[in-house]
Amino acid sequence: MNADLIVFLVLSLITLASALGMLFSNNAVYSALFLVLNFVTVAVFYLLLGAPFIAMSQITVYAGAIMVLFLFVIMLLGTENLAPSNSLPWQKPLAILLAVILAVESIYLVFARASSSAVITAPELATNSMENLREMAMTLFNEFLLPFEVTSILLLVAMVGAIVLTKQEKAGAK
Amino acid sequence: MVPVDYYIILSAILFTIGALGVLIRRNPLIIFMSIELMLNAGNLAFVAFSSVHKSFDGQIFVFFVIAVAAAEVAVGLALIVEIFKTKKNINIDDMNSLKG
Amino acid sequence: MHLSEAINSGFFFLAPWLVFAPIVGLLINLIFGRQFSEKTVGTVASLASGAAFVVSVLLAYSVSINHGEMMRWRLAEWIHIGQLSLDWTFRIDSLSTTMMLVISGVGTLIHIYAIGYMHEDVRFKNDVGRFRRFFIFLNLFIASMMILVSGDSYLMLFVGWEGVGLCSFLLIGFWYEMDILGRSSWANSDAAKKAFIVNRVGDFGFLIAAFLMFWNFHSLQFDEVFEGVRALSAINSPVTIAITLFLLVGVAGKSAQIPLYIWLPDAMAGPTPVSALIHAATMVTAGVYLVIRSAPIYATAPDAQHVVAMTGAVTALFAATIAVGQYDIKKVLAYSTISQLGFMVAAVGMGAYVAGMFHLITHAFFKALLFLSAGSVILGLERGHHHAEHAAHAHHDEKPKKKAKNNIPSKVEGHEEVSHGHDDHEAEHGEARVESVETFDPGDMRNMGGLRKTMPVTFWLYMIGTVALAGIFPFAGFWSKDEILLDASLHFTTIYWLLTAAAFLTAFYMGRQIWMVFFGEPRHEAAAHAEESPKVMTLPLVVLAVLSVAGGALNLPFEGFHNLGHWLGYTIGEVESLPLDLKVAGISTALALLAILISWFIYGRNPLKVNQPDPLKKPLGPIFKGMESKWMVDEIYQALIITPFTKISYFLADVIDWRFWHDFVHDKVIAGTYNWVSEIGLNRYADQKVIDAFANWLADATQWVSAAMRKVQNGFVRSYALSVMLGVVLILGYLIFK
Repeated sequence: MNADLIVFLVLSLITLASALGMLFSNNAVYSALFLVLNFVTVAVFYLLLGAPFIAMSQITVYAGAIMVLFLFVIMLLGTENLAPSNSLPWQKPLAILLAVILAVESIYLVFARASSSAVITAPELATNSMENLREMAMTLFNEFLLPFEVTSILLLVAMVGAIVLTKQEKAGAK
Repeated sequence: MVPVDYYIILSAILFTIGALGVLIRRNPLIIFMSIELMLNAGNLAFVAFSSVHKSFDGQIFVFFVIAVAAAEVAVGLALIVEIFKTKKNINIDDMNSLKG
Repeated sequence: MHLSEAINSGFFFLAPWLVFAPIVGLLINLIFGRQFSEKTVGTVASLASGAAFVVSVLLAYSVSINHGEMMRWRLAEWIHIGQLSLDWTFRIDSLSTTMMLVISGVGTLIHIYAIGYMHEDVRFKNDVGRFRRFFIFLNLFIASMMILVSGDSYLMLFVGWEGVGLCSFLLIGFWYEMDILGRSSWANSDAAKKAFIVNRVGDFGFLIAAFLMFWNFHSLQFDEVFEGVRALSAINSPVTIAITLFLLVGVAGKSAQIPLYIWLPDAMAGPTPVSALIHAATMVTAGVYLVIRSAPIYATAPDAQHVVAMTGAVTALFAATIAVGQYDIKKVLAYSTISQLGFMVAAVGMGAYVAGMFHLITHAFFKALLFLSAGSVILGLERGHHHAEHAAHAHHDEKPKKKAKNNIPSKVEGHEEVSHGHDDHEAEHGEARVESVETFDPGDMRNMGGLRKTMPVTFWLYMIGTVALAGIFPFAGFWSKDEILLDASLHFTTIYWLLTAAAFLTAFYMGRQIWMVFFGEPRHEAAAHAEESPKVMTLPLVVLAVLSVAGGALNLPFEGFHNLGHWLGYTIGEVESLPLDLKVAGISTALALLAILISWFIYGRNPLKVNQPDPLKKPLGPIFKGMESKWMVDEIYQALIITPFTKISYFLADVIDWRFWHDFVHDKVIAGTYNWVSEIGLNRYADQKVIDAFANWLADATQWVSAAMRKVQNGFVRSYALSVMLGVVLILGYLIFK
């Protein structure tokens, strides 16, 4: 039991707990907040894995922007709680059963088939993090320049799409 | 000194929870959140492998996933708002007008 | 690359723009031209051609600062198959740059001239929309010609060779739905097809030669082929003889030599700038260029050289005799072009490459000048004709009286005879559209006369072109023709006399033309009212006239003045430069002057009257008849080749293909048997009992299954997701347990 492992296990517990919390809370606002917690802990994992830039993107984009958008929509629509319904009564037990099988299967596969002896050591803090960032930027803007530009177009299209979808059609406003 | 397998297992469990969320929740907003959770699980695996292989490709992939997720959420939420406007309700089980 | 660096080391990197500049111009006109005014279209095309000229100048400069060293500029990989490895490479040496300069220089002047010419031409022919098309074709031609002369292999040369052939076809048939007189007919498109098909015969020879080269030397790249020829180290070896003679077939096709010259006179159906650019100055000289380019091969095959020289010399004389008997101003020039090409081919056949090239250049100047001036004359007559017609309409009653008084009929007798060929074609195409009543031929010299007063600028320009072509000292033609004659007199006496006779006739028919067109009295209302052409047409002519006067300075036969010889020597090896031989020069000049004098006696002293037959007709009798009817060569070809060919193809199509193969074999034997088998055996038993039954069963089963399956589609997204999940679990399970 080394320190890294302890940190990992504690963080894993928080992550899993918050994910389950998101899953099972009745109020959508709580779900969203649990998910924020989940994202933040995952961000910490990223830091441990030596990916500070991704960690910061995770917090700003996911935990920040995206989740705020979620909360905004939840509160705008007033759909924190849905009325209970009895459609598809066997859906829930069946889904849980499948999920458990899936989890078992994937864990088995990782250990039995794809087990790797590699270990990850938490990076020493502040070692060359700027250097890392620079290298990553070089890779991003040299090797992956085209996907990067395509992504920008995708974001633009999404923006236009969102505006077009929610635009109010004013009567006689042609 | 954490074996990379642990990260992968954590990622797998998170993914399963996300999938379960998609299956059992009826609120499309929460289904969306579950999808985000699944994406996160994938990202976690990417970053873990990136760290093992000492390569930036995994991280850059995650970067793109985050960008795509942002675009997806923008469009998806717009769709949900629009559906709510026409149906006054967003229960996913009520959206069944495509049944055979 | 920095400018200063380029100035020091050369502008070779610009070479691709030789081709791309005209292509860019073409694309601009093609894509945006619809919105452009005529002036813009013409300017864009001229600028594109001018850009190619600038590039040519820079390349020539680059070659000269590199002391004539040949440069290759590889643009793209083209073909790599087995042993064959060819790139699109630009070969820049003194020979190719000389050609480039002539092509783009004369080409640009003709572009400018064409702005004025086509402006009126499209209006006389009532289709303004074709103005743009003309310039697109013209630019395409410049690009193809550049590919031809800049190619570094026989195949690249062939690409350009075919490209210019295509452009020639497109431009000869530019007014494809009419004949030269603007009447509705397929004559022009027949002329275009004739040019294309005759050229195809030549191309066939070229291709065979190229195949032979590849077969023997495993390459088509110039230097590698030459190396292969050198390695044979044999004089008159069968391989080189075969290659050179097959190349000669190609040369005869493209450069209009016996026996394939017949397309060039008909090519005059194209607009006059085309005749000047393609069928006088540039494309037809491609054959001469090919021989010069292949000089190392010809050098090892003196026998083939002899054949080339004889072909050229005989063509020169033969075409000159025909030119004497023609009445169409452009036809005379066309036969003159064939004759002059004969001079060039004879020169390069004798190994006098510099002389041939020199004559090629000067000929480009003065023949373009002559053609363009002829275009000016024709347009002047068109203008006069419209003017006269207009006046006639205005004073409807007065017209007959006036006509009777001045004795100027609107229709010249014997005209039908001239346009005989066109009428033939019309008869063949029974569907020719409504016959226009108007049959005035603005190109017929018998309709002209006295134009010196109404079109003074054109007259003087035409005079300059004429004396240059006739070879009068000190005009350009004198120097270049003399150099050829001198070479011939030293080595090949027969050829010398053939060429001298041709030169004599050249001066004669040009004199005849001058007297008929510009002197005497107008023989037609149109000539009386002819108007001078605008500046945009005459200015390029002035430039060409200056070049025709001074072009001889390129290669004067005096010590220290062999500029062209020295320059081309970089590429084809230093050639001994002959000094001026006063005897040869004196004989040819004296003969030329004598010929002009004789022509004055016949045509100038007593100008032709209206309806008067040609004064040569009586004294020469059947000889003139022969010259007038082009020695019946077209008719002979018709009888020997075309008629049997048509008959055989008709036989093949009707009897063999249609009656035997289609009616008997296909319809009766194959289709009959097939129908019988399919009706009895397949339809009744196999199809209905087995196949149909199976298909029906399949349909029923599908219906049943889908009825069962549609229940799965319950419309709940979540249950669909559940099925996906189930699939994932099953696949993972398979992966675990497999």
